Amino acid sequence: MTVDLNPRFTFDTFVVGPSNRLAVTACRTVSDHPGATYNPLLIYGQTGLGKTHLLMAIGQRARELSPDMTVEYMTLDEFVESYHAAVSAGRPEDFRNRFAQASIVLVDDVQFLTHSKEMQAELIRMAGAFQEAERQLVLTSDRPPGDIEGLDRRLLDQMDGGLVVDIGLPEYETRLAILRQRAAESNAAFAPDVLAAIADLDVQHVRALLGIFNRLQAFQSVHDNPLTPQQARALVLGEAPTVEPEAQPGEGADADSGEFDLFLSGLQASVTRQVEGWKTEIQNAISEWSGRGYDTSSLEALLEQDGPAATDAAVRAFEEQVERLRGLEAEVTVFDPEVARNPAFKSPDRIEEVEALVRGARAKFVPPPGPSDAFALESFLLGDATKMALEAARAVIAQPGTLYNPLTFVGPSGVGKTHLLHALGRALQAEAGGSVACLAAETFVEELVSAIEQDALSAWRARYRHASAFLLDDVHQIGAKLHSQEELFHLFNLFADAKRQMVFTANVSPQDLEGLDDRLKSRFVGGLVANIGPPDDALRRTIVRSRLQGRVGSDDNEIVNYLADRGTDSVRSLLGVVQRAMNGAEAMGEQLNLETARKLLEEPGRAEARTSPPGRASGVIVTSLSALKSAEKIVWDWPNTTERVIEELS
Amino acid sequence: MSLVNFTTREITCKIVYYGPGRSGKTTNLQYVYDQVPTERRGRMVSLATQSDRTLFFDFLPLELGTISGFTTRFQLYTVPGQVYYNATRKLVLQGADGVVFVADSQARQLDENLASLRNLQANLLEQRVDVRALPLVIQYNKQGLPPELVLPVEELDDAMNFRGVPSFPADALAGNGVFETLRSVSELVLRRLSEEPQK
Repeated sequence: MTVDLNPRFTFDTFVVGPSNRLAVTACRTVSDHPGATYNPLLIYGQTGLGKTHLLMAIGQRARELSPDMTVEYMTLDEFVESYHAAVSAGRPEDFRNRFAQASIVLVDDVQFLTHSKEMQAELIRMAGAFQEAERQLVLTSDRPPGDIEGLDRRLLDQMDGGLVVDIGLPEYETRLAILRQRAAESNAAFAPDVLAAIADLDVQHVRALLGIFNRLQAFQSVHDNPLTPQQARALVLGEAPTVEPEAQPGEGADADSGEFDLFLSGLQASVTRQVEGWKTEIQNAISEWSGRGYDTSSLEALLEQDGPAATDAAVRAFEEQVERLRGLEAEVTVFDPEVARNPAFKSPDRIEEVEALVRGARAKFVPPPGPSDAFALESFLLGDATKMALEAARAVIAQPGTLYNPLTFVGPSGVGKTHLLHALGRALQAEAGGSVACLAAETFVEELVSAIEQDALSAWRARYRHASAFLLDDVHQIGAKLHSQEELFHLFNLFADAKRQMVFTANVSPQDLEGLDDRLKSRFVGGLVANIGPPDDALRRTIVRSRLQGRVGSDDNEIVNYLADRGTDSVRSLLGVVQRAMNGAEAMGEQLNLETARKLLEEPGRAEARTSPPGRASGVIVTSLSALKSAEKIVWDWPNTTERVIEELS
Repeated sequence: MSLVNFTTREITCKIVYYGPGRSGKTTNLQYVYDQVPTERRGRMVSLATQSDRTLFFDFLPLELGTISGFTTRFQLYTVPGQVYYNATRKLVLQGADGVVFVADSQARQLDENLASLRNLQANLLEQRVDVRALPLVIQYNKQGLPPELVLPVEELDDAMNFRGVPSFPADALAGNGVFETLRSVSELVLRRLSEEPQK
């Protein structure tokens, strides 16, 4: 808290002598030209020599010259308290912003910085900033900066770069001048040489001198005869008679009596702390919660009441409401961060309104598409071409988010990338729980376009940002779609920071993806790229045998070899061949064997077997409607639509 | 008697300076009186014997003005130290919010100090005041006397301050320790007042 400058502490009321002339000159200079000359300025000297007086005089003078100038005066304790209050409120920038507005900052008693690394660092930063901005920093200490234990070398250097000036003990002439000035201020008349006799005493500091002056004045005010120099000395040395208790009002001590003022200020602190402690409690709560952006009007209303009745309960109730609001805010952020920005979330008085908002957001929330149940890891067949990818998938299931993140399956169309992706998604969901997002890149792009159209981008983002894992099929399809890449890039960073797993599939290695931003490419490569190649002979036979199982004898090597050799470049084409042979045989009412298969696949008029699907055709349509909308997975050129089948790739 | 009245925004405190005869209770009040600006002090009433000993009691009302929004009044009393004025002591002690026990630091006065302390406790008990809860500070006065005459603070604490209340060395004649003592007892009184239910 900034203390108001004491109007009595001006340069005019400061008695200048040889012991303090340099300090006064420096102070006058910085008050006339803040930030331009000695910056920072440090004044040091024993207690009671007028450091605070000079500090405040700088502020008074500067304000006098420029009434709009912002001057902050505080003791180091207040400085530290202010910093801690800002930090505890979670807004340390408030502390800096506050001083960023000030033209002059005056900090008293910095000797208490001893070993306070945090505050020293803050002061170093402030001094640097003030020097750059030509704003003035003035400090006082009761010792030279080099004697302040544990003071950071950088702070010492900064002080050396400004001006360090001391105030010495006042010599006789200055002491006498101080006494005479105080006499003039308080209209007190003393016999000749009384003040000189007091000035002649070995009084170490000005505050003590003024205390003695007050006693002289008080003593003289209740006696008819003026004090003699001898009496004055005796009084100071404790030999004088005590004050008559019957002294009349109007004859008393000086209104500025130092000890009494100190007592009063101490009492004021006590009243504030003890009697008005309940107010302090409320004010602390207001400070804390308003600092965090909450509406504290209900607490402020408490300050208007007469007494402290039920203060604790009211503050506790407020804090409980705030906790509830924070919980609701966290919850709704998952659904729609835009809703969480509603000011009602910062107002405990509007908690019912907030609950309604959360209910609405919860109802509107659509979870991200998940992995399809059509794919299981067990049905992904192991071969030389798939070994590496399968091992990588298992490793990711064992250590999601940490070992290979992201994991990218790369391979030509139809080799089982989608199968592995969804199977991995299912396994992650089973292992880690939570919501696993698993979708085709095309869906990702479509959803984004739709979210932009509906102005619901933040809700759309929230769906994915709170997923426990993110799996994207056919990432090459977002090439040249810049906005989608931008969104993916942010998701990427979020998941990587949170050590949440990402898995992608692509038809070419990420470095070779056309239209993909370099920053995305580099992130893909930072994980593991696992290739899945076309099935080799053994794998093709295993696949065919697996598909024919239950329909023809799996030990019928002729038909297995025949079919396996007809679709050689991908699992998908192979499955298409097998499927067509099985369907054809079934339509003909014949058992599928080598002869039937040849008829079906080789004779003109029969459905032609293709070694590779033209364009995006294949023999398989996968069930995951939301996850697999890619046209690549759908065949529309079956002989008639009734023969469209939906089968699992298993 | 004592009051923090939140409705009228008033604080009134009664503080009693207790202790053996000639320990410096009145001197404390005189020093305070000496320091208080004219407009803030009432007339100090001191009923003294011809030998300048307090016969009845000293009373110094202090109008401390508005402190944190409260009109604050302190009433400082001393009791007569001499043993035969116990009835007066009881009377003055009634309704005290805090007590300053002014002990005489001279070694030869130790027994008188202890007797007075016992007397304080007896009188408080008689008035059904919880001695442990009453704000109390001890002032070891006359520390300005030659060292061979006075006991050090540590010894005085050992002998008298068995409750571990705040204690202060003082030389009330010179003003040393007077306000420190008053500030301490005020703090204790205000703390206690704030802890009590609103009156």
